[in-house]
Amino acid sequence: MRYALVVIGTSAGGLTALERLLAGLPSDFLLPLLIVQHRSRESDLLCEVLAARSPLPVREVLDKDPIEPGVVYLAPPDYHVLVDEGSFALSSDEPVRFARPSIDVAFESAVDTYGARVVGVVLTGANEDGAAGLRRVQAEGGLALAQDPASAEVPRMPAAALAAAPGALALGLEALAAALRAAAAAPALAPARRL
Amino acid sequence: MALPDTPLAYPKELERIEIQLLTEGIFRQYGFDFRSYAYSSLKRRIWKRLEAEGLDTISALQERVLHDRVAMERLLADLSVNVTSMFRDPRFYQAFRSRVVPLLRTYPFLRIWHAGCATGEEVYSMAILLAEEDLYERTRIYATDINDVALEQAASGIFPLDQMQDYTQAYLRAGGKRSFSEYYTAAYDGALFSQQLRRNLVFAQHNLATDRSFSEFHVIICRNVMIYFDRTLQNRVHKLFYDSLPVYGMLGLGSKESLRGTAVEDEYEPLDAREKIYRKVR
Repeated sequence: MRYALVVIGTSAGGLTALERLLAGLPSDFLLPLLIVQHRSRESDLLCEVLAARSPLPVREVLDKDPIEPGVVYLAPPDYHVLVDEGSFALSSDEPVRFARPSIDVAFESAVDTYGARVVGVVLTGANEDGAAGLRRVQAEGGLALAQDPASAEVPRMPAAALAAAPGALALGLEALAAALRAAAAAPALAPARRL
Repeated sequence: MALPDTPLAYPKELERIEIQLLTEGIFRQYGFDFRSYAYSSLKRRIWKRLEAEGLDTISALQERVLHDRVAMERLLADLSVNVTSMFRDPRFYQAFRSRVVPLLRTYPFLRIWHAGCATGEEVYSMAILLAEEDLYERTRIYATDINDVALEQAASGIFPLDQMQDYTQAYLRAGGKRSFSEYYTAAYDGALFSQQLRRNLVFAQHNLATDRSFSEFHVIICRNVMIYFDRTLQNRVHKLFYDSLPVYGMLGLGSKESLRGTAVEDEYEPLDAREKIYRKVR
């Protein structure tokens, strides 16, 4: 497959957007998805709420969880999620730009491990986390997507991401779901020739 | 930014080689073994130190720390100090009170190992909990960490005064029974925890990556330490804990850690599945 992992970052307004985005994916969707949603330290209902609406299984990440196709992984509150080859690792290092989990950290770590095989998506939110990370996804040749700010409940986060990664596609939620379906179906790139 | 990342243009394969050389060099020169630390978090911590040292390449950092012990200590602080706070995850302490404490009452003498205690906040939290359950008098808590600067701070019993408001909240949510301010005396900008609480604490340097078990314990607490280790090192440490617990000994992990997928998964049963408190059964 062309892509290995979808990473979705969101903050304010994220729950509704995530519900609609996930609802647009088929139950045989093959890529793993990692959702980084800013939330308070003690909010543990998000997983249940999303699981109730998602056609795909939703799990909160535990340290060293293997990355499995077709599973929606949710960053736990108060931990950064890092991506290693085939598994997630958690970190309780300092917040980055006041956020833990940090969307930038997840994007950057995903790109470090999977390079151009990352799909990055920035949805509604009231801060600029995710902008530096999406730029990195784009710079490495991954697929950079953002919610069209005009359609976002809170436009600041996708607008900042689009400014930082000008080649990213700005799409409404239905179109984003379609883009993810297309990404899951994309054939692998030819292996890079080594010197 | 607290957690810097690799600069965009830095070659990834070379970075991996340099990190391997750096950790190998540190191990051979100083005996600290970071070779099995989880790569992505290790990498970020190395870059944090690179920026602070004003260096551009990991090889330059390698040269500096191999020739300069003080620079090594600065790197060690970045690589090993874990973020901690008093009554971190209050629900863990609630679960410990309701599930573990009743079992501990049956023992005349208690030995607890707090592995990877960093600056000690969670050790004092446990001492307070045990004091309120009338168990502290018969308990000795062995608190260990790889980092002796952090241990010195832990042993001093002094914590920043401006944290006490947050800690009071966490103490109450953790099921604290008294007034949190009874446990410390404010002096300048520090809060000195009482001699009563410090009396049965033993702080010692111990390296989970290379050292052996040093005793047998009724309870081992190791929270949010092994998340920085790769699976191989995690399994080594789990073996160490397994060997340090009798049957029915208890193991407390961080709430987002799990025994699932480890080599000792079948040797324990959960006492509190959500808070990741386990009991050794075989």
